[in-house]
Amino acid sequence: MAQTSHGVGGAGYDAKKRAWPAEINVFLALVILVVVFELIGRIFLGDSFLFNTRSDVSAIFNEARLQIIILQVSIVGIIAIGVTQVIITGGIDLSSGSIVGATAMIAMSFAQVATVNGNPNPKAMFLAQGWTDLPVIVPVLVAIGCGLFAGLVNGALIAYTRIPPFIATLGMMVTARGIAKWWSKGQPISFPTEGFAAIGKGLMPVIIFLSLAVLFQLIMTYTRYGKHCYAIGSNEDAARMSGIKIANHKILVYVIAGVLAALAAVVLSSKNLTAQSGMGVMYELDAIAMAVIGGVSLSGGRGSIIGTVIGSLIFGVIISGFTFLRLDAYYQEMVKGVIIVGAVVLDQWRQRLRAMRA
Amino acid sequence: MSDIVLKTENLTKRYGGVHALEGANFELRKGEHVAIMGDNGAGKSTFVRQITAVEQRTSGHIWFDGKEVNFTGPIEARTAGIETVFQNLALADDLDVPSNLFLGREKVLFNLGPFSILDRKYMRKATEAALIRTAVKIPNLSNTIRHMSGGQRQCVAIARTATFASKLIIMDEPTAALGVQETAQVENIIRTLKDNGDPLILISHNMRQVFDLCDRIVVFRRGRIVANLRKQDTDGNDIVSYITGAKTGEAELAA
Repeated sequence: MAQTSHGVGGAGYDAKKRAWPAEINVFLALVILVVVFELIGRIFLGDSFLFNTRSDVSAIFNEARLQIIILQVSIVGIIAIGVTQVIITGGIDLSSGSIVGATAMIAMSFAQVATVNGNPNPKAMFLAQGWTDLPVIVPVLVAIGCGLFAGLVNGALIAYTRIPPFIATLGMMVTARGIAKWWSKGQPISFPTEGFAAIGKGLMPVIIFLSLAVLFQLIMTYTRYGKHCYAIGSNEDAARMSGIKIANHKILVYVIAGVLAALAAVVLSSKNLTAQSGMGVMYELDAIAMAVIGGVSLSGGRGSIIGTVIGSLIFGVIISGFTFLRLDAYYQEMVKGVIIVGAVVLDQWRQRLRAMRA
Repeated sequence: MSDIVLKTENLTKRYGGVHALEGANFELRKGEHVAIMGDNGAGKSTFVRQITAVEQRTSGHIWFDGKEVNFTGPIEARTAGIETVFQNLALADDLDVPSNLFLGREKVLFNLGPFSILDRKYMRKATEAALIRTAVKIPNLSNTIRHMSGGQRQCVAIARTATFASKLIIMDEPTAALGVQETAQVENIIRTLKDNGDPLILISHNMRQVFDLCDRIVVFRRGRIVANLRKQDTDGNDIVSYITGAKTGEAELAA
């Protein structure tokens, strides 16, 4: 009988029974992808994808490429951290891209300088009010306020009216995009202060992305909030019967997602030195894709921030790899779609396989 | 009075015109295992739902642990020490065993509101202790319970009641969905609870199980308690007569 070999923790532990974390599979996929690009590069282009081939630089890796791989996914990655939490609770957030657009517009209008080259800033929204050259904390707080408000509306709609998250956040997606366009009647908002511009300079987006990822990975693993995210996504009725306040928790999850989208907006508009109403279009889907590729289950309860970070790196490697192979950007989009569907199919297979073995 | 854990007086529940429960008088003593039997719709689950405050009673009184209680919800009842193992397992598939045991009442290391840091070591230790106490065998505590057998899952649900030094455990058909071997596993846990002196209300349709595990059998029929019999004073046929209505009138315990 199999049961005789089972202990109650401690000495009789069956270590082999320990589950294989999904993140390792995702990481292996990332490694395989890099190896494939490396091999294709070596064979067909006579160039290395990952390693330094320039004789005038003494480095093992091609550092410029490594930086680009992660830099180009950092901003969407910040959004994906929040989206991951939403998906783990069994929800979905389609509004993050539009929140980026609206927040970038509103925050940037509080980050503008008064004079450009000795002339009054032609793009300044609040020149007449004198709200220019404000300290950097002002636009950042305004942004956080925007994200908080949007998330609060999303969360309250989902928690209290019980409409599906898909619909609630779809509404926010359309509305927030409307706000982004209405704010300056479609005009871009430019000329930020130096302080604001510093937020997205150089590798700052990467640092912000990875710090937030570490913070939320810890929160998801070691706090009550994280535990309840998984519990609600896993079995909402059980969570309710166990006394977890589902409505409050959901609101908090969407608020966090909204604030993270707002932070992404700050980094993005700072990096681009301008805010445009079309900013962040499709970011919500890229963020969801990063999470899904990283092993976050769309049915809730499973996944991690680490997984999403690796998922975002897979994204980055694909984009950089295609550029490296001098393939058109069109192909990138097509392949991205295939990979998203492939990741979900693989996850389903893996689940079924495990269910059969158990 | 001091050794009475739970007492109800004239407990009544009506849904509109339907009398789901009529004047139920019930007593449970320390260390006693009582079975509740009856047909579907006889009022067994309704009775339990009033005690655990999943529903609010129409009238009547409940005393628990020496004082009269008016729980406003199941959480309050649980906090007071009434643990229920639900018919549909209230477990989260994607969480490991300690997380399920402590679901909704996690032990906290630092209180930071929703972001309170969990005391994972303590919860793991307490889980191991609870599993030993109930003699439950689980291969690896850190695995999610998704792929555990029905028996193991039910065992986790029952071990949960043992973790919190509960004063009363209620099980609503804990073996209804289990196989023979798994049923035996759960029954063993119930015997362990008996040895520990934990009082239990067991709702069951399984006559053998009831006679094996319980001291006393209370039969519900059409919302009323129609029999309250000590195990040694009755037999299966007698109980079936009360369940089907072949025998009527409230059979009281001989003092």
